[in-house]
Amino acid sequence: MQLSCPAPILMHETVQMAHGAGGRLSQELTARVFMPHLRNALLDQLDDQAKFDVAAGRMAFSTDTYVVSPIFFPGGDIGDLAVNGTVNDLAVGGAVPLYLSAGFVLEEGLPLADLEKIVMSMAESARRAGVMIVCGDTKVVQKGQCDRVFINTSGVGFVREGVNISCRNLRPGDAVILSGTIGDHGMAVMTTREGLSFQSRIRSDTAPLNSLIHSVLDLVPGVHAMRDPTRGGVAATLNELAASSSVGIELEESSIPVREEVRGAAELLGIDPLTIANEGKLLLVVPEADADTVLALMRAHEYGRDAALIGMVVDDHPGMVVMRTPFGSRRIVEMPLGEQLPRIC
Amino acid sequence: MKFIDEYRDPQRARALLEEIRHRALHEWTIMEICGGQTHSIMRNGIDQLLPPNVHLVHGPGCPVCVTPLETIERALVIASRPGVILTSFGDMLRVPGSSKDLFMARSEGADVRIVFSPLEALQIARDNPEREVVFLAVGFETTAPANAMAVWQAAREGIGNFSELVSQVMVPPAMSAILSSPDNLVQGFLAAGHVCAIMGWEEYEPVAKRFRVPIVPAGFEPVDLLAGILQVLKMLEEGSTGVVNAYGRIVSREGNPDARRVMNEVFKVADRPWRGIGVIPESGLVLRDAYARFDAEKRFDVGHISPMESPLCRSGEVLQGHLKPSECEAFGRECTPMTPLGATMVSSEGACAAYFKYHRNINP
Repeated sequence: MQLSCPAPILMHETVQMAHGAGGRLSQELTARVFMPHLRNALLDQLDDQAKFDVAAGRMAFSTDTYVVSPIFFPGGDIGDLAVNGTVNDLAVGGAVPLYLSAGFVLEEGLPLADLEKIVMSMAESARRAGVMIVCGDTKVVQKGQCDRVFINTSGVGFVREGVNISCRNLRPGDAVILSGTIGDHGMAVMTTREGLSFQSRIRSDTAPLNSLIHSVLDLVPGVHAMRDPTRGGVAATLNELAASSSVGIELEESSIPVREEVRGAAELLGIDPLTIANEGKLLLVVPEADADTVLALMRAHEYGRDAALIGMVVDDHPGMVVMRTPFGSRRIVEMPLGEQLPRIC
Repeated sequence: MKFIDEYRDPQRARALLEEIRHRALHEWTIMEICGGQTHSIMRNGIDQLLPPNVHLVHGPGCPVCVTPLETIERALVIASRPGVILTSFGDMLRVPGSSKDLFMARSEGADVRIVFSPLEALQIARDNPEREVVFLAVGFETTAPANAMAVWQAAREGIGNFSELVSQVMVPPAMSAILSSPDNLVQGFLAAGHVCAIMGWEEYEPVAKRFRVPIVPAGFEPVDLLAGILQVLKMLEEGSTGVVNAYGRIVSREGNPDARRVMNEVFKVADRPWRGIGVIPESGLVLRDAYARFDAEKRFDVGHISPMESPLCRSGEVLQGHLKPSECEAFGRECTPMTPLGATMVSSEGACAAYFKYHRNINP
């Protein structure tokens, strides 16, 4: 005789250690929170790995881990960032992103409603970017051992033929183009974190850049270099490019787009917008002859409407980025040091 | 940004520069007192635009730079005590003590938090009644009213777990010290606009009279700075002295009486050591006896501290206008923002950091 004494399955409101233990609660988490939003033909197999066909050619592979605090901020959340960030890391190499993995580290006690909101953001961002999340993993750690949720995403894509994008390709005379306003993401997060009251108008720019990038590469495959200026902002990215190619970069201060509210907040906090993180912006270095075409293509795209020519590559001062001020003087744009420190007076 | 753009207008700047070139007939050396002005001058390259006979030297008006190493050491010791939350403006966290900075203390387990206002630190004290919350209260007359307000508020509400480690300094005594030095080069001053917004300019009148110099309160935007420089030059060329305000939209003769009242209620004037310069008589503020229970120096006995300054660092000479940062032998070699020997290379308003950041020679 078989005794049947089914223990009741509790409907938990928050993440429990058992959600990560591989048992019934893990299954429940997958079935209730992840699958309804992320499901696709590959993920539905629920195997330990996703299997897919590949075409001949070159693949690109990238990984990034997201620990942003707060996890929700104006304009997005950690889920948007986790998908867009890896999509962008693939796309700026001239790759077409295809498949992503998602690994979650959850802090015990995280409201399941928050997790579901994040998963829904990931699903929506993946849909917009045209990629699939095809495998994943969840671990739960005790309260205090992580800050609510950390997400790792890795992604693969195929590299377009005929593109040769590298940080070593800058040539004197090249044009430096920026896809839009800078500092929006970092300032949205910073002002939310610090509880500053002007936060409401500043929204993160988190966005998948692959369609913008491919609309450019379709007509101008000869792009020399392409980067998304995330941590360290435009200042860090351009310094890296100048150093890698042993060329100078000269920027025109008045041509760099910054929203007024971002500029105001940055000045209040004593931070240079050039050093603030972006999550939906693109820097391109193209032969000067292609600059107008690239600008027109970008401005026709929703993520490149404010695209601007911000400077030129020069053979002066190799490895150094220099800003021309509206007053006719020049200054160095430094590689930012590290943690952003607010000025005290 | 409204009310800012007109003070960044390149055309107005060009017109002022033209007049400066026209007016400045002799060699002149002008000091901008405030680190915020130094920063703006470097960032906008104003020094490159001035005629070669007009020299700018950079003053001691960077609170982080002049905070004594002993105060940093004291903060490090207090921060590492169990149960303490040490709060500070962000700039202070990277200032190196003899062996580490507050960031390193944090990585070793100390609870060190960046705040934007001392009132935020007070809120942390309210929220954590079982912890001791210490605010590192540094700054000039600009930060003093808010730092005083936090103590005043703590006293009123009876918040017993809040204290301040005070290192407040004042501008006019520093100006007098610079002008009294036998090596002094400074012939005229730009006074710091935001300090004057609090204190007014009346307290500069005796300094101008005693040392027979022009003193001009000025703002921070390029047009403000150029207007201030032009005013100083006009007075120098005419041989006139005194105080003329070039920052009328912010600064009045009396300053902000409410702010001065709360400062005066909580703080009293005392002698104060300035990092790199030494003790300047009656140049600092300390908590009055009625508020002594909020003094972290008294609350935490840390014993005797005798910090070691780098023998290579010449920041004291830089802070008094005797030396340009780039003239220091260690500048850009032993001393960089990654490996600062003195606070002038750490703070975003320090003259050495501003030189390194914007002006390490662009072209050989």
